[in-house]
Amino acid sequence: MKPQPQPKGISILPAFKIHKHGLYIFLSLLPAILLVSIFIYYPLVKGAVMAFQSYSLFDLTNIEFIGLQNFKEVISNPGFVRASVNSFYWIFFSLIFQLSIGFFVALLLKKRFKGRGVYQALVFFPWAMSGFLIGIIWRWMYNGQSGVINDLLIRMNIIDTQIPFLSEPNWAMVSVIIANIWYGITFFAIMILAALQSVPEELYEAAKIDGANKLQELLKITIPFILPTIIVTALLRVIWILNFPDLIYAMTNGGPAGSTHILSTFMLEKIIYGQDYGQAAAIGIIIILLLMVFSIFYLMATKFNKAGDF
Amino acid sequence: MRKLVNWPLLAKVIFLGGFLVFSIFPLYWILITSLKPREDMFTFPLKYWPETITFENYVNIFEISNFGVYIFNSLIVATTAGLLSLVIAMLGGYVLARFRFMGKNQVIFAFFITQMIPIFIALAPLYLLMSNLELLNRLPSLFLIYTVMMIPFCTVIMKSFFERIPPSLEEAAMIDGCSRIGALFKVIFPVMLPGIAATFIFAFVQCWNELFLAIMFIDKEEAKTIPVAMNSFITKFDIDWGAMSAATVISVIPTLILFAVGQKYIVEGMTQGSIKG
Repeated sequence: MKPQPQPKGISILPAFKIHKHGLYIFLSLLPAILLVSIFIYYPLVKGAVMAFQSYSLFDLTNIEFIGLQNFKEVISNPGFVRASVNSFYWIFFSLIFQLSIGFFVALLLKKRFKGRGVYQALVFFPWAMSGFLIGIIWRWMYNGQSGVINDLLIRMNIIDTQIPFLSEPNWAMVSVIIANIWYGITFFAIMILAALQSVPEELYEAAKIDGANKLQELLKITIPFILPTIIVTALLRVIWILNFPDLIYAMTNGGPAGSTHILSTFMLEKIIYGQDYGQAAAIGIIIILLLMVFSIFYLMATKFNKAGDF
Repeated sequence: MRKLVNWPLLAKVIFLGGFLVFSIFPLYWILITSLKPREDMFTFPLKYWPETITFENYVNIFEISNFGVYIFNSLIVATTAGLLSLVIAMLGGYVLARFRFMGKNQVIFAFFITQMIPIFIALAPLYLLMSNLELLNRLPSLFLIYTVMMIPFCTVIMKSFFERIPPSLEEAAMIDGCSRIGALFKVIFPVMLPGIAATFIFAFVQCWNELFLAIMFIDKEEAKTIPVAMNSFITKFDIDWGAMSAATVISVIPTLILFAVGQKYIVEGMTQGSIKG
């Protein structure tokens, strides 16, 4: 389904004038806009307002505006501080390893080889599974008594006795991050592979004529060409990873003793168990603010780099 | 001198082979676990190839829970939401692809934003909204909200699929006397079928997998979907890993089949400047 060159003069786009098709456009978009407004934007705005209210499910008769009280309580909660620090590790290590391994895989998959289609389908499959199911599977593999990871490490003589990966606070965060790395490599591999395939062949041919070696090709052609894709993908991924509680929820549910909470699981717990919607909404607003600040700095920093490189 | 070993190729094969094992081992492991008899599941050292294969875990899961009901509910919810969001996305996507009009960029931006912000802020108000609509503990609450959640992404994807079809195709049909709708059905849809199928598959899989909204809205046995049921397997003090592994495998099967069918187009759609992971 590649776009074909349009014959000159008979493009019908200019003929579609707003006054002629206004009603048709309006009616076509109406269901989407209406539903998204009622079931996404209205609850979002209401949720944001809740951050400034005392809003507990146990006491719905007593809803009133309390200013920044929710924010103060959330920030002074040691669990919140822990979740913020964990969020940083969670994003940083997940991203670094997902990106570098994904990049490497994409590089190796770029050249056509026999069975590449099947190979791709196999290694890309985890991407289609839910974070919840992935979490369940890893929870079973990390099991402290009969987990396969313990079994493998013992067979390889790396450890003597089983490690309770998910119930030992020092191990738990590392363990969930490793599972997340596994889950996310695919996404980067897919995106980077698509970008690699869009690098014009002529560039490589020209480089070959100039006598460039493989490493020079990689550093001087491939990476500069796909850098914009990597920059954007990485930013979107940071946002996504922080907002992604499923895996941790299934593996540890933030435990043991809050040692694996990130901001989104911390918030989710407030909604599902704590039923304190006001504080949960306050955490949500904090997440959005953090992401906005991060995005602005990130885009400024990467633009700065680009200006230096080219 | 003749090269005996092609080292770069060998390194590549080893890395790709290792990555393949790394990628599919967890899936293999849950499958093997689900087929092991209870004794083999917990005895060290573990068996990496089951000596005795049994389906007792699968039989068991239908005995200890209403798993048939959960499967049925998940199928209903995911299919309905997938179809509804597809139709709505096609309507909107077509218009966004073919016309220039006031507010178009704002609509696209508003859709984009829904994919970026933590949707959990909306959870509590959504619960109250569903409660007011008297939809709690009923399947319509789920296919309604899933349809809505899928609309922004599916609309943008459909838009990009429509954009790749030259307008001259419709024009030719319209000159031949078709109405716009007629041209859409006779000419455009057949060309777009792979894209439409991929979008449906994407939406279906997302809805099939969704957990948190379902936990919020559904508490009654007769309306539980598979993820909600599996979540209740966890919250009990001990996890029955035999039942859990069987449930995991069952709930992966539709995803696996659909992914195998639509992988090429889904990946294509994914990389069309879309962002959902």
